[in-house]
Amino acid sequence: MAVMSYLEAIRETLRQELRRDPRIMIYGEDVGVRGGVFRVTEGLQAEFGEDRVMDSPLAEAAIIGTAIGAAVNGLRPVPEIQFADFIFPAANQIIQEAARIRYRSNGDFHVPLVIRAPFGGGVHGALYHSQSVEAFFAHVPGLKVVIPGTPYDAKGLLAAAIQDDDPVLYLEHKAAYRSLKGEVPSERYVIPLGKADVKREGTDVSLITYGLMVSYSLKAAEALAKEGVSVEVVDLRSIRPLDVEAIVATARKTGKVLIVHEDNLTGGVGGEVSALIAEHALFDLDAPIMRLAGPDVPAMPYSPPLEHAFMVTPEKIQQAALKLARF
Amino acid sequence: MADNGLTPELMKEMYYYMVLSRAVDDRMWILNRQGKAPVVYSSNGHEAAQVGSAFALNRGEDWICPYYRDLALVLAYGMSVRDVMLHLLGRAQDPNSGGRQMPAHWGHRQLHILTGGSVVATQDVHATGLALASKVLKDGRVSVAYFGEGSTSQGEFHEALNFAAVHKLPVIFFNENNGYAISVPARKQMAVMDVAARAAGYGMPGVIVDGNDPLKVYEVTREAAERARSGDGPTLIEAKTYRFVPHSSDDDDRAYRSREEVQEWKKRDPLVMFEQRLTEDGILNDDNLTAMRQQIKDLVNDATDFAEQAPLPDPGTLYAEVYGS
Repeated sequence: MAVMSYLEAIRETLRQELRRDPRIMIYGEDVGVRGGVFRVTEGLQAEFGEDRVMDSPLAEAAIIGTAIGAAVNGLRPVPEIQFADFIFPAANQIIQEAARIRYRSNGDFHVPLVIRAPFGGGVHGALYHSQSVEAFFAHVPGLKVVIPGTPYDAKGLLAAAIQDDDPVLYLEHKAAYRSLKGEVPSERYVIPLGKADVKREGTDVSLITYGLMVSYSLKAAEALAKEGVSVEVVDLRSIRPLDVEAIVATARKTGKVLIVHEDNLTGGVGGEVSALIAEHALFDLDAPIMRLAGPDVPAMPYSPPLEHAFMVTPEKIQQAALKLARF
Repeated sequence: MADNGLTPELMKEMYYYMVLSRAVDDRMWILNRQGKAPVVYSSNGHEAAQVGSAFALNRGEDWICPYYRDLALVLAYGMSVRDVMLHLLGRAQDPNSGGRQMPAHWGHRQLHILTGGSVVATQDVHATGLALASKVLKDGRVSVAYFGEGSTSQGEFHEALNFAAVHKLPVIFFNENNGYAISVPARKQMAVMDVAARAAGYGMPGVIVDGNDPLKVYEVTREAAERARSGDGPTLIEAKTYRFVPHSSDDDDRAYRSREEVQEWKKRDPLVMFEQRLTEDGILNDDNLTAMRQQIKDLVNDATDFAEQAPLPDPGTLYAEVYGS
């Protein structure tokens, strides 16, 4: 099995999907000749031509709005928003159009659309190239939100998103692009949306997380194992829909839950996950639910000490998990 | 009118849809005043612009992306009067939305009428996207976005024109300029005299047409559709027209327009002018006019009764159609 980076896994999946289904079309800013600012779509225009891998004008609402129209008229568009931070001009098209078209037409129309967007910080991207935007969109019924935490999941989740008949926001962590590597099968496979994955079994504390924080949590778990603390790491993979069963199962198993995400604390995914645990597994808990998340400041600052202070790190996870284990 | 494809029969049909729309429109206001329809958005005054353009398209095959003013358009595109009334009264069998959307939010996949929301100009980029797929799939379809002049202040209007022009997409941007966005006059909406002038900034033709003359509208739309189909890209059409009634049943236009202005425009009522013309040309006469009026009256009565007796949606369906799987 080939070892690939997270970025390569995404690119190879796009290539495989473009070959599989002629209705699939990629477009966005710089995705064609340049192959994307992160090079995710490198080589795809050369292989599939400008009609299927197209540079578009620099206008996010138009990118998503036209993708909605194209999807209705028979294509399977996979538009890219260059940075998740730039998605907000398209927010109305995503929230009030794409996510609502099936519902408002009583099922007459639907929108098979995958919006890919690099997100997350720790790359000196400052306020407008570092954000985690998932909580805004996880609030929207009709939309699915997917965030892979490994190269293997990146492939299976992207294939699943592309074959889904509803709009999916597929968020790729920028810091994971080249830093994460793993084995990825060459054949096509699909990981069902809405299914979490236990990335590490443990008995003392559960870390529930997603995205880049999966690998950080695994590092923390490894370090804690040396201190005699057995940590379970659950990767949500889909933020909407959430895998309620898996969340409740791990809470019942360890009785101690730490939810970890890079996105801001208040109104983040952690609040929803903890509400689910409180509703379904309160009496199985041995400690209050804890959250470790990005701070409630408007966005991630640029200068290294400030950026570092914002980021959730393996060390911070380790400390929080240890505190919980000792509760 | 040589070689424009319009036979006397087709012109009579155009007139029929204009009168039908006005009759449905009038009935909707009555239902509103009776307390049966919470809100009405009217196409009253816009009939020539809408029907004239619809007839220039391959109806049911080309895509249209209407806005709330487009009753005559969707009727000419094949929506039945029963379906319009089911929609107005929020009935379960409303094909536009199953009673979910407020009135005048059209959508019908089989007829190729794209569902729309209430945020103006969102449909402009949808039409552009439909056309993008047509270009890639080579399906020969043209897409048309319909919108008021107020919505041309929105970013998505400009983004749509630019995107469509850059990629030479088979799309028509059809503006129904009635001079008012609810109460705000066009001169406070834009610093140019005509919406069509905006086309120059995007490298596409901008055409002004008398929106109260269905034949002129037909001709410019037909030309734009031919341009689109032959790969020459989009066209912006501005049909100058007027709405004879308030923005909606909740509006009072006396606050922002003089009665004299409204009366002046009513002298150019598209129904009256077209009827006069077709009568002069011998296409309409007392006999076929009487028969047509009776037919329309029967249709509107039937549709009203049908919709009033039709079942409302089951509250148990509230959660249906959020996702396909």
